[in-house]
Amino acid sequence: MRLRLTVNGESRQADDVWEGESLLFVLRERLGLPGSKNACEQGECGSCTVYLDDTVVCSCLVAAGQAEGSRVRTVEGLADGERLDRVQQSFVDAGAVQCGFCTPGLVVAAHDLLDRVPHPAEEEVREALAGNLCRCTGYEKILEAVRLAATREPRA
Amino acid sequence: MDFLRPATLPDALAMKADRPDAVPIAGGTDVMVELNFDHRRPDALLDLTGIAELTRWDRTGNAIRLGATVPYSRVITELGDALPALAMASRTVGSPQIRNRGTVAGNLGAASPAGDTHPVLLVAGAEVEAASVRGSRRIPAEEFYVGVKRNALEPDELISAVYLPVAAGPQQFAKIGTRNAMVIAVCSFALALGSGGTVRAAVGSAGPTPRRARAAEEFLAEAGLDGPPRAEVCGHFGELVATAADPIDDVRGSAAYRRHALSVLARRALAWAWQEYQGKGERTCA
Ligand SMILES: Cc1cc2nc3c(=O)[nH]c(=O)nc-3n(C[C@H](O)[C@H](O)[C@H](O)COP(=O)(O)OP(=O)(O)OC[C@H]3O[C@@H](n4cnc5c(N)ncnc54)[C@H](O)[C@@H]3O)c2cc1C
Ligand code: FES
Ligand code: FES
Repeated sequence: MRLRLTVNGESRQADDVWEGESLLFVLRERLGLPGSKNACEQGECGSCTVYLDDTVVCSCLVAAGQAEGSRVRTVEGLADGERLDRVQQSFVDAGAVQCGFCTPGLVVAAHDLLDRVPHPAEEEVREALAGNLCRCTGYEKILEAVRLAATREPRA
Repeated sequence: MDFLRPATLPDALAMKADRPDAVPIAGGTDVMVELNFDHRRPDALLDLTGIAELTRWDRTGNAIRLGATVPYSRVITELGDALPALAMASRTVGSPQIRNRGTVAGNLGAASPAGDTHPVLLVAGAEVEAASVRGSRRIPAEEFYVGVKRNALEPDELISAVYLPVAAGPQQFAKIGTRNAMVIAVCSFALALGSGGTVRAAVGSAGPTPRRARAAEEFLAEAGLDGPPRAEVCGHFGELVATAADPIDDVRGSAAYRRHALSVLARRALAWAWQEYQGKGERTCA
Protein backbone atom coordinates (compact mmCIF):
# COMPACT_ATOMS: atom_id res chain seq x y z
CA MET A 1 0.00 0.00 0.00
CA ARG A 2 0.91 3.66 -0.21
CA LEU A 3 0.96 4.95 3.33
CA ARG A 4 0.30 8.61 4.02
CA LEU A 5 0.90 10.20 7.37
CA THR A 6 1.91 13.44 8.98
CA VAL A 7 5.21 12.99 10.76
CA ASN A 8 6.59 15.78 12.92
CA GLY A 9 4.32 18.24 11.16
CA GLU A 10 5.27 17.22 7.62
CA SER A 11 3.16 15.19 5.18
CA ARG A 12 5.04 12.04 4.33
CA GLN A 13 4.31 9.03 2.23
CA ALA A 14 5.86 5.64 1.73
CA ASP A 15 5.22 3.16 -1.06
CA ASP A 16 5.08 -0.63 -1.09
CA VAL A 17 4.34 -0.75 2.61
CA TRP A 18 3.16 -4.10 3.91
CA GLU A 19 0.11 -3.24 6.04
CA GLY A 20 1.12 -5.64 8.79
CA GLU A 21 4.57 -4.20 9.33
CA SER A 22 4.99 -1.99 12.33
CA LEU A 23 4.85 1.78 12.41
CA LEU A 24 8.33 1.54 13.93
CA PHE A 25 9.63 -0.16 10.79
CA VAL A 26 7.98 2.49 8.61
CA LEU A 27 9.56 5.32 10.59
CA ARG A 28 13.04 3.84 10.67
CA GLU A 29 13.40 1.98 7.43
CA ARG A 30 11.09 3.80 5.06
CA LEU A 31 11.08 7.37 6.30
CA GLY A 32 14.69 7.53 7.50
CA LEU A 33 13.85 8.50 11.08
CA PRO A 34 16.10 6.30 13.24
CA GLY A 35 15.38 8.14 16.51
CA SER A 36 12.80 5.60 17.65
CA LYS A 37 14.77 2.50 18.54
CA ASN A 38 13.99 -1.11 17.83
CA ALA A 39 14.86 -3.48 20.63
CA CYS A 40 12.19 -5.97 21.57
CA GLU A 41 9.34 -5.56 19.06
CA GLN A 42 6.95 -6.76 21.74
CA GLY A 43 6.01 -3.71 23.76
CA GLU A 44 8.32 -4.54 26.66
CA CYS A 45 11.10 -1.96 26.42
CA GLY A 46 9.47 1.30 25.31
CA SER A 47 12.44 2.37 23.19
CA CYS A 48 10.12 2.78 20.18
CA THR A 49 7.73 5.16 21.98
CA VAL A 50 6.14 7.86 19.79
CA TYR A 51 3.06 10.05 19.88
CA LEU A 52 0.29 8.72 17.66
CA ASP A 53 -2.43 11.37 17.36
CA ASP A 54 -1.27 12.90 20.68
CA THR A 55 -1.16 9.63 22.63
CA VAL A 56 2.07 7.86 23.51
CA VAL A 57 2.26 4.31 22.16
CA CYS A 58 4.80 1.64 21.33
CA SER A 59 5.25 2.11 17.59
CA CYS A 60 6.33 -1.52 17.29
CA LEU A 61 2.75 -2.54 18.17
CA VAL A 62 0.93 -0.30 15.69
CA ALA A 63 0.29 -1.90 12.30
CA ALA A 64 1.32 0.36 9.44
CA GLY A 65 -2.17 0.12 7.97
CA GLN A 66 -3.64 1.41 11.22
CA ALA A 67 -1.45 4.52 11.05
CA GLU A 68 -2.77 5.60 7.63
CA GLY A 69 -3.85 9.23 7.83
CA SER A 70 -2.63 9.74 11.39
CA ARG A 71 -0.30 12.24 12.99
CA VAL A 72 2.94 10.91 14.42
CA ARG A 73 5.47 12.78 16.52
CA THR A 74 8.82 11.16 17.14
CA VAL A 75 11.78 12.19 19.24
CA GLU A 76 13.11 13.93 16.13
CA GLY A 77 10.10 16.24 16.29
CA LEU A 78 10.67 17.48 19.83
CA ALA A 79 13.69 19.74 19.28
CA ASP A 80 13.30 23.12 17.62
CA GLY A 81 16.12 23.02 15.09
CA GLU A 82 19.32 23.02 17.12
CA ARG A 83 17.49 23.91 20.31
CA LEU A 84 16.70 20.88 22.41
CA ASP A 85 13.37 20.43 24.12
CA ARG A 86 13.53 20.90 27.91
CA VAL A 87 13.26 17.15 28.51
CA GLN A 88 16.11 16.44 26.10
CA GLN A 89 18.25 19.18 27.64
CA SER A 90 17.53 17.89 31.13
CA PHE A 91 18.62 14.37 30.16
CA VAL A 92 21.92 15.86 28.99
CA ASP A 93 22.33 18.07 32.06
CA ALA A 94 21.51 15.33 34.54
CA GLY A 95 23.81 12.82 32.85
CA ALA A 96 20.87 10.52 32.23
CA VAL A 97 22.32 9.25 28.96
CA GLN A 98 24.94 6.56 28.67
CA CYS A 99 24.74 4.45 25.53
CA GLY A 100 21.62 6.44 24.64
CA PHE A 101 19.64 3.53 23.31
CA CYS A 102 16.69 3.93 25.67
CA THR A 103 16.86 7.73 25.64
CA PRO A 104 14.50 8.58 22.75
CA GLY A 105 11.71 6.43 24.19
CA LEU A 106 12.22 7.79 27.69
CA VAL A 107 12.31 11.36 26.43
CA VAL A 108 9.01 10.94 24.57
CA ALA A 109 7.37 9.22 27.57
CA ALA A 110 8.61 11.93 29.95
CA HIS A 111 7.57 14.66 27.51
CA ASP A 112 4.04 13.26 27.49
CA LEU A 113 3.93 13.04 31.29
CA LEU A 114 5.00 16.67 31.77
CA ASP A 115 2.52 17.76 29.11
CA ARG A 116 -0.30 16.17 31.07
CA VAL A 117 1.01 16.70 34.62
CA PRO A 118 3.30 19.73 34.91
CA HIS A 119 4.43 18.90 38.45
CA PRO A 120 4.23 15.15 38.84
CA ALA A 121 4.74 13.39 42.15
CA GLU A 122 7.58 10.88 42.39
CA GLU A 123 5.17 7.93 42.02
CA GLU A 124 3.61 9.48 38.93
CA VAL A 125 7.02 9.79 37.31
CA ARG A 126 7.86 6.18 38.12
CA GLU A 127 4.53 4.96 36.82
CA ALA A 128 4.82 6.98 33.60
CA LEU A 129 8.26 5.55 32.88
CA ALA A 130 7.47 1.99 33.94
CA GLY A 131 7.26 0.81 30.34
CA ASN A 132 10.75 2.01 29.40
CA LEU A 133 13.79 -0.11 30.11
CA CYS A 134 17.33 1.24 30.44
CA ARG A 135 20.22 -1.16 30.49
CA CYS A 136 22.85 1.37 31.59
CA THR A 137 21.99 4.19 33.94
CA GLY A 138 20.05 2.53 36.72
CA TYR A 139 17.16 5.02 36.50
CA GLU A 140 18.22 7.45 39.27
CA LYS A 141 19.66 9.93 36.79
CA ILE A 142 16.69 9.46 34.53
CA LEU A 143 14.32 10.32 37.38
CA GLU A 144 16.51 13.29 38.20
CA ALA A 145 16.32 14.46 34.59
CA VAL A 146 12.53 14.38 34.65
CA ARG A 147 12.43 16.32 37.94
CA LEU A 148 14.80 18.87 36.45
CA ALA A 149 12.70 19.18 33.28
CA ALA A 150 9.61 19.84 35.41
CA THR A 151 11.32 22.95 36.84
CA ARG A 152 11.90 24.37 33.35
CA GLU A 153 9.47 26.20 31.10
CA PRO A 154 8.05 24.16 28.23
CA ARG A 155 8.60 25.66 24.81
CA ALA A 156 5.42 27.30 23.54
CA MET B 1 -2.33 -9.91 3.12
CA ASP B 2 -5.48 -7.85 2.87
CA PHE B 3 -5.95 -4.98 5.22
CA LEU B 4 -9.60 -4.17 5.82
CA ARG B 5 -10.41 -0.85 7.36
CA PRO B 6 -14.16 -0.40 7.81
CA ALA B 7 -15.53 2.98 8.90
CA THR B 8 -18.75 1.65 10.42
CA LEU B 9 -19.77 -1.41 12.40
CA PRO B 10 -22.18 -2.69 9.70
CA ASP B 11 -19.31 -2.51 7.20
CA ALA B 12 -17.05 -4.38 9.60
CA LEU B 13 -19.67 -7.10 10.12
CA ALA B 14 -20.18 -7.49 6.37
CA MET B 15 -16.41 -7.85 5.92
CA LYS B 16 -16.17 -10.39 8.73
CA ALA B 17 -19.04 -12.42 7.24
CA ASP B 18 -17.31 -12.35 3.89
CA ARG B 19 -13.89 -13.13 5.33
CA PRO B 20 -14.29 -15.17 8.54
CA ASP B 21 -10.53 -15.74 8.45
CA ALA B 22 -9.81 -12.01 8.87
CA VAL B 23 -8.11 -11.36 12.21
CA PRO B 24 -9.59 -8.37 14.03
CA ILE B 25 -7.05 -5.87 15.32
CA ALA B 26 -7.84 -3.17 17.88
CA GLY B 27 -4.95 -1.94 20.06
CA GLY B 28 -2.74 -4.54 18.43
CA THR B 29 -0.88 -5.23 21.67
CA ASP B 30 -1.42 -8.96 21.26
CA VAL B 31 -1.80 -9.19 17.47
CA MET B 32 1.32 -7.19 16.61
CA VAL B 33 3.55 -9.23 18.88
CA GLU B 34 2.43 -12.32 16.94
CA LEU B 35 2.99 -10.60 13.60
CA ASN B 36 6.39 -9.18 14.54
CA PHE B 37 7.61 -12.62 15.53
CA ASP B 38 6.03 -14.41 12.60
CA HIS B 39 3.87 -16.49 14.89
CA ARG B 40 0.93 -15.63 12.72
CA ARG B 41 0.51 -14.61 9.07
CA PRO B 42 -3.19 -13.97 8.66
CA ASP B 43 -4.56 -13.63 5.14
CA ALA B 44 -6.42 -10.54 6.28
CA LEU B 45 -6.42 -8.05 9.15
CA LEU B 46 -9.64 -6.27 10.06
CA ASP B 47 -8.77 -2.96 11.70
CA LEU B 48 -11.46 -1.82 14.12
CA THR B 49 -9.86 1.45 15.15
CA GLY B 50 -11.50 3.51 12.40
CA ILE B 51 -15.03 2.75 13.67
CA ALA B 52 -16.19 5.77 15.66
CA GLU B 53 -19.12 4.04 17.36
CA LEU B 54 -16.81 1.48 18.99
CA THR B 55 -14.71 4.18 20.65
CA ARG B 56 -17.53 5.30 22.97
CA TRP B 57 -18.99 4.17 26.24
CA ASP B 58 -22.52 5.04 27.38
CA ARG B 59 -24.40 4.75 30.60
CA THR B 60 -28.04 3.68 30.52
CA GLY B 61 -29.66 3.40 33.93
CA ASN B 62 -27.38 1.21 35.99
CA ALA B 63 -25.34 -0.29 33.20
CA ILE B 64 -22.32 0.79 31.23
CA ARG B 65 -21.96 -0.24 27.61
CA LEU B 66 -18.25 -0.16 26.93
CA GLY B 67 -17.41 0.08 23.23
CA ALA B 68 -14.94 -2.48 21.92
CA THR B 69 -12.08 -0.06 21.20
CA VAL B 70 -12.16 2.08 24.35
CA PRO B 71 -8.58 1.77 25.65
CA TYR B 72 -7.67 0.90 29.23
CA SER B 73 -6.40 4.41 29.90
CA ARG B 74 -9.93 5.75 29.42
CA VAL B 75 -11.47 3.06 31.61
CA ILE B 76 -9.10 4.23 34.35
CA THR B 77 -9.72 7.95 34.02
CA GLU B 78 -13.41 7.91 33.11
CA LEU B 79 -14.95 4.85 34.76
CA GLY B 80 -13.19 4.46 38.11
CA ASP B 81 -16.35 5.31 40.08
CA ALA B 82 -18.84 3.24 38.07
CA LEU B 83 -16.59 0.21 37.50
CA PRO B 84 -13.97 0.23 40.27
CA ALA B 85 -12.63 -3.32 39.81
CA LEU B 86 -12.36 -2.96 36.04
CA ALA B 87 -10.47 0.30 36.52
CA MET B 88 -8.16 -1.35 39.08
CA ALA B 89 -7.44 -4.24 36.74
CA SER B 90 -6.92 -1.86 33.81
CA ARG B 91 -4.37 0.03 35.84
CA THR B 92 -2.27 -3.10 36.22
CA VAL B 93 -2.14 -3.89 32.49
CA GLY B 94 1.29 -3.32 30.96
CA SER B 95 2.66 0.22 30.85
CA PRO B 96 1.05 3.55 29.95
CA GLN B 97 1.93 2.90 26.30
CA ILE B 98 0.15 -0.47 26.42
CA ARG B 99 -2.84 0.94 28.32
CA ASN B 100 -3.21 3.71 25.74
CA ARG B 101 -3.85 1.11 23.03
CA GLY B 102 -5.00 -2.12 24.67
CA THR B 103 -8.71 -2.78 25.13
CA VAL B 104 -11.03 -4.92 27.25
CA ALA B 105 -12.50 -6.44 24.06
CA GLY B 106 -8.97 -7.32 22.94
CA ASN B 107 -8.36 -9.03 26.27
CA LEU B 108 -11.55 -11.04 25.63
CA GLY B 109 -10.58 -11.76 22.05
CA ALA B 110 -7.21 -13.12 23.14
CA ALA B 111 -8.84 -15.04 26.04
CA SER B 112 -5.46 -15.72 27.60
CA PRO B 113 -5.89 -17.42 30.98
CA ALA B 114 -3.72 -14.62 32.41
CA GLY B 115 -5.83 -11.73 31.07
CA ASP B 116 -6.38 -9.28 33.91
CA THR B 117 -9.93 -8.23 33.10
CA HIS B 118 -11.37 -11.75 33.08
CA PRO B 119 -11.93 -12.33 36.80
CA VAL B 120 -13.36 -8.81 37.03
CA LEU B 121 -15.84 -9.43 34.21
CA LEU B 122 -16.95 -12.60 36.00
CA VAL B 123 -17.60 -10.93 39.35
CA ALA B 124 -19.17 -7.83 37.82
CA GLY B 125 -21.73 -9.95 35.97
CA ALA B 126 -20.57 -8.61 32.61
CA GLU B 127 -22.02 -9.62 29.25
CA VAL B 128 -20.16 -9.62 25.98
CA GLU B 129 -22.09 -8.17 23.04
CA ALA B 130 -21.24 -10.28 20.00
CA ALA B 131 -22.38 -8.82 16.70
CA SER B 132 -22.61 -10.28 13.21
CA VAL B 133 -24.64 -9.73 10.06
CA ARG B 134 -27.10 -12.17 11.63
CA GLY B 135 -27.77 -9.78 14.52
CA SER B 136 -26.31 -9.38 17.96
CA ARG B 137 -26.43 -11.45 21.11
CA ARG B 138 -25.20 -11.06 24.64
CA ILE B 139 -22.93 -13.74 26.04
CA PRO B 140 -22.55 -13.82 29.84
CA ALA B 141 -18.85 -13.61 30.74
CA GLU B 142 -19.18 -16.97 32.43
CA GLU B 143 -20.03 -18.63 29.12
CA PHE B 144 -17.49 -16.70 27.10
CA TYR B 145 -14.28 -18.44 28.12
CA VAL B 146 -14.27 -21.93 26.71
CA GLY B 147 -10.60 -22.94 26.98
CA VAL B 148 -7.02 -21.72 26.84
CA LYS B 149 -7.10 -18.82 24.35
CA ARG B 150 -10.50 -19.94 23.12
CA ASN B 151 -13.74 -18.01 23.41
CA ALA B 152 -17.37 -18.41 22.42
CA LEU B 153 -17.33 -16.14 19.36
CA GLU B 154 -18.50 -17.55 16.05
CA PRO B 155 -16.18 -17.00 13.05
CA ASP B 156 -18.40 -14.24 11.67
CA GLU B 157 -18.79 -12.42 14.98
CA LEU B 158 -17.05 -9.38 16.44
CA ILE B 159 -17.22 -8.08 19.97
CA SER B 160 -19.03 -4.76 19.64
CA ALA B 161 -19.23 -3.91 23.35
CA VAL B 162 -19.13 -5.19 26.90
CA TYR B 163 -22.07 -4.52 29.24
CA LEU B 164 -21.28 -4.07 32.92
CA PRO B 165 -23.67 -3.21 35.73
CA VAL B 166 -22.53 -0.14 37.67
CA ALA B 167 -20.97 -1.33 40.93
CA ALA B 168 -23.62 -1.77 43.65
CA GLY B 169 -21.03 -2.21 46.39
CA PRO B 170 -17.30 -2.44 47.03
CA GLN B 171 -15.14 -4.15 44.42
CA GLN B 172 -11.52 -5.20 44.52
CA PHE B 173 -8.94 -6.57 42.11
CA ALA B 174 -5.52 -7.83 43.13
CA LYS B 175 -2.74 -9.46 41.17
CA ILE B 176 0.59 -11.09 41.92
CA GLY B 177 3.48 -10.54 39.56
CA THR B 178 7.23 -10.47 39.72
CA ARG B 179 7.46 -6.74 39.00
CA ASN B 180 5.13 -3.93 39.92
CA ALA B 181 4.82 -2.76 36.33
CA MET B 182 4.59 -4.59 33.05
CA VAL B 183 3.98 -8.02 34.30
CA ILE B 184 1.76 -10.86 33.28
CA ALA B 185 -0.16 -12.13 36.31
CA VAL B 186 1.14 -15.13 38.23
CA CYS B 187 -2.38 -15.19 39.62
CA SER B 188 -5.14 -12.66 40.14
CA PHE B 189 -8.32 -12.26 42.14
CA ALA B 190 -11.47 -10.16 41.88
CA LEU B 191 -14.24 -9.59 44.38
CA ALA B 192 -17.58 -7.76 44.21
CA LEU B 193 -19.89 -7.26 47.16
CA GLY B 194 -23.41 -6.35 46.13
CA SER B 195 -26.33 -4.82 47.96
CA GLY B 196 -28.07 -7.15 50.38
CA GLY B 197 -24.91 -9.12 51.15
CA THR B 198 -24.34 -10.79 47.78
CA VAL B 199 -20.80 -11.97 47.09
CA ARG B 200 -19.00 -12.75 43.84
CA ALA B 201 -15.39 -13.86 43.72
CA ALA B 202 -13.23 -15.14 40.85
CA VAL B 203 -9.66 -16.21 40.20
CA GLY B 204 -7.53 -15.55 37.11
CA SER B 205 -4.29 -16.98 35.74
CA ALA B 206 -4.81 -20.08 37.84
CA GLY B 207 -6.46 -22.54 35.47
CA PRO B 208 -7.23 -22.90 31.75
CA THR B 209 -9.98 -20.30 32.06
CA PRO B 210 -10.82 -17.72 34.72
CA ARG B 211 -13.45 -19.04 37.10
CA ARG B 212 -15.77 -18.14 39.95
CA ALA B 213 -14.87 -19.32 43.46
CA ARG B 214 -18.34 -20.59 44.32
CA ALA B 215 -17.63 -22.29 47.62
CA ALA B 216 -15.94 -19.16 48.90
CA GLU B 217 -18.86 -17.01 47.73
CA GLU B 218 -21.42 -19.21 49.48
CA PHE B 219 -19.42 -19.38 52.67
CA LEU B 220 -19.12 -15.62 52.88
CA ALA B 221 -22.73 -14.91 51.98
CA GLU B 222 -23.74 -17.22 54.80
CA ALA B 223 -21.20 -15.87 57.30
CA GLY B 224 -22.60 -12.41 56.58
CA LEU B 225 -20.96 -9.07 56.11
CA ASP B 226 -22.39 -7.35 59.18
CA GLY B 227 -20.28 -6.54 62.16
CA PRO B 228 -16.57 -5.84 62.10
CA PRO B 229 -14.39 -7.79 59.62
CA ARG B 230 -13.43 -11.01 61.34
CA ALA B 231 -9.99 -12.48 60.85
CA GLU B 232 -11.17 -16.09 60.87
CA VAL B 233 -13.80 -15.39 58.21
CA CYS B 234 -11.23 -13.67 55.98
CA GLY B 235 -8.81 -16.54 56.53
CA HIS B 236 -11.29 -19.28 55.68
CA PHE B 237 -12.56 -17.30 52.69
CA GLY B 238 -8.97 -17.16 51.41
CA GLU B 239 -8.56 -20.91 51.79
CA LEU B 240 -11.77 -21.60 49.89
CA VAL B 241 -10.70 -19.26 47.07
CA ALA B 242 -7.45 -21.19 46.75
CA THR B 243 -9.39 -24.43 46.31
CA ALA B 244 -11.26 -22.95 43.33
CA ALA B 245 -8.01 -22.63 41.39
CA ASP B 246 -6.62 -25.30 39.11
CA PRO B 247 -3.15 -23.89 38.55
CA ILE B 248 -0.12 -25.31 36.80
CA ASP B 249 3.58 -25.24 37.60
CA ASP B 250 5.43 -23.03 35.16
CA VAL B 251 8.37 -20.63 34.97
CA ARG B 252 6.41 -17.92 36.72
CA GLY B 253 5.41 -19.93 39.76
CA SER B 254 4.53 -23.35 41.09
CA ALA B 255 0.94 -24.48 41.48
CA ALA B 256 1.40 -24.53 45.25
CA TYR B 257 2.72 -20.98 45.27
CA ARG B 258 -0.22 -19.81 43.16
CA ARG B 259 -2.71 -21.39 45.56
CA HIS B 260 -1.00 -19.84 48.55
CA ALA B 261 -0.78 -16.43 46.88
CA LEU B 262 -4.47 -16.57 45.98
CA SER B 263 -5.47 -17.24 49.56
CA VAL B 264 -3.48 -14.20 50.67
CA LEU B 265 -4.87 -11.97 47.90
CA ALA B 266 -8.41 -13.05 48.68
CA ARG B 267 -8.03 -12.46 52.41
CA ARG B 268 -6.67 -8.97 51.86
CA ALA B 269 -9.17 -8.05 49.18
CA LEU B 270 -12.01 -9.15 51.45
CA ALA B 271 -10.72 -7.11 54.38
CA TRP B 272 -10.53 -4.00 52.17
CA ALA B 273 -13.95 -4.58 50.62
CA TRP B 274 -15.56 -5.39 53.96
CA GLN B 275 -14.33 -2.16 55.51
CA GLU B 276 -15.72 -0.24 52.59
CA TYR B 277 -19.00 -2.16 52.75
CA GLN B 278 -19.49 -0.95 56.27
CA GLY B 279 -18.85 2.61 55.24
CA LYS B 280 -15.47 2.85 56.87
CA GLY B 281 -13.94 3.56 53.46
CA GLU B 282 -10.36 3.59 54.62
CA ARG B 283 -8.23 0.73 53.36
CA THR B 284 -6.46 -1.20 56.06
CA CYS B 285 -4.03 -3.90 55.17
CA ALA B 286 -4.95 -7.37 56.35
C1 LIG C 1 4.21 -5.40 26.97
C2 LIG C 1 2.83 -5.97 27.16
C3 LIG C 1 2.31 -6.08 28.43
C4 LIG C 1 1.04 -6.63 28.63
N1 LIG C 1 0.57 -6.71 29.90
C5 LIG C 1 -0.65 -7.24 30.11
C6 LIG C 1 -1.17 -7.32 31.42
O1 LIG C 1 -0.54 -6.89 32.40
N2 LIG C 1 -2.40 -7.87 31.59
C7 LIG C 1 -3.14 -8.33 30.54
O2 LIG C 1 -4.25 -8.80 30.74
N3 LIG C 1 -2.68 -8.26 29.28
C8 LIG C 1 -1.45 -7.73 29.04
N4 LIG C 1 -0.97 -7.66 27.76
C9 LIG C 1 -1.76 -8.23 26.65
C10 LIG C 1 -2.66 -7.22 25.91
O3 LIG C 1 -2.24 -5.91 26.11
C11 LIG C 1 -4.11 -7.34 26.35
O4 LIG C 1 -4.58 -8.65 26.10
C12 LIG C 1 -5.03 -6.33 25.63
O5 LIG C 1 -6.25 -6.26 26.31
C13 LIG C 1 -5.26 -6.62 24.19
O6 LIG C 1 -6.07 -5.60 23.65
P1 LIG C 1 -5.81 -5.03 22.19
O7 LIG C 1 -6.91 -4.08 21.88
O8 LIG C 1 -4.44 -4.54 22.05
O9 LIG C 1 -6.01 -6.37 21.36
P2 LIG C 1 -5.46 -6.84 19.93
O10 LIG C 1 -4.04 -7.19 19.99
O11 LIG C 1 -5.87 -5.86 18.89
O12 LIG C 1 -6.36 -8.15 19.78
C14 LIG C 1 -6.22 -9.22 20.70
C15 LIG C 1 -7.08 -10.41 20.23
O13 LIG C 1 -8.44 -10.09 20.30
C16 LIG C 1 -9.03 -10.11 19.01
N5 LIG C 1 -9.94 -8.96 19.02
C17 LIG C 1 -9.61 -7.66 19.33
N6 LIG C 1 -10.72 -6.90 19.31
C18 LIG C 1 -11.75 -7.72 18.99
C19 LIG C 1 -13.16 -7.51 18.80
N7 LIG C 1 -13.72 -6.32 18.98
N8 LIG C 1 -13.92 -8.59 18.48
C20 LIG C 1 -13.37 -9.81 18.33
N9 LIG C 1 -12.05 -10.07 18.49
C21 LIG C 1 -11.25 -9.03 18.81
C22 LIG C 1 -7.88 -10.05 18.03
O14 LIG C 1 -8.18 -10.66 16.81
C23 LIG C 1 -6.82 -10.81 18.80
O15 LIG C 1 -7.02 -12.19 18.67
C24 LIG C 1 0.29 -7.09 27.52
C25 LIG C 1 0.80 -6.96 26.23
C26 LIG C 1 2.06 -6.41 26.03
C27 LIG C 1 2.60 -6.28 24.64
S1 FES D 1 10.77 -2.09 20.49
FE1 FES D 1 8.75 -1.44 20.91
S2 FES D 1 8.62 -1.69 23.03
FE2 FES D 1 10.55 -2.55 22.59
S1 FES E 1 21.45 4.62 28.46
FE1 FES E 1 21.95 2.70 27.66
S2 FES E 1 20.04 1.67 27.71
FE2 FES E 1 19.65 3.44 28.80
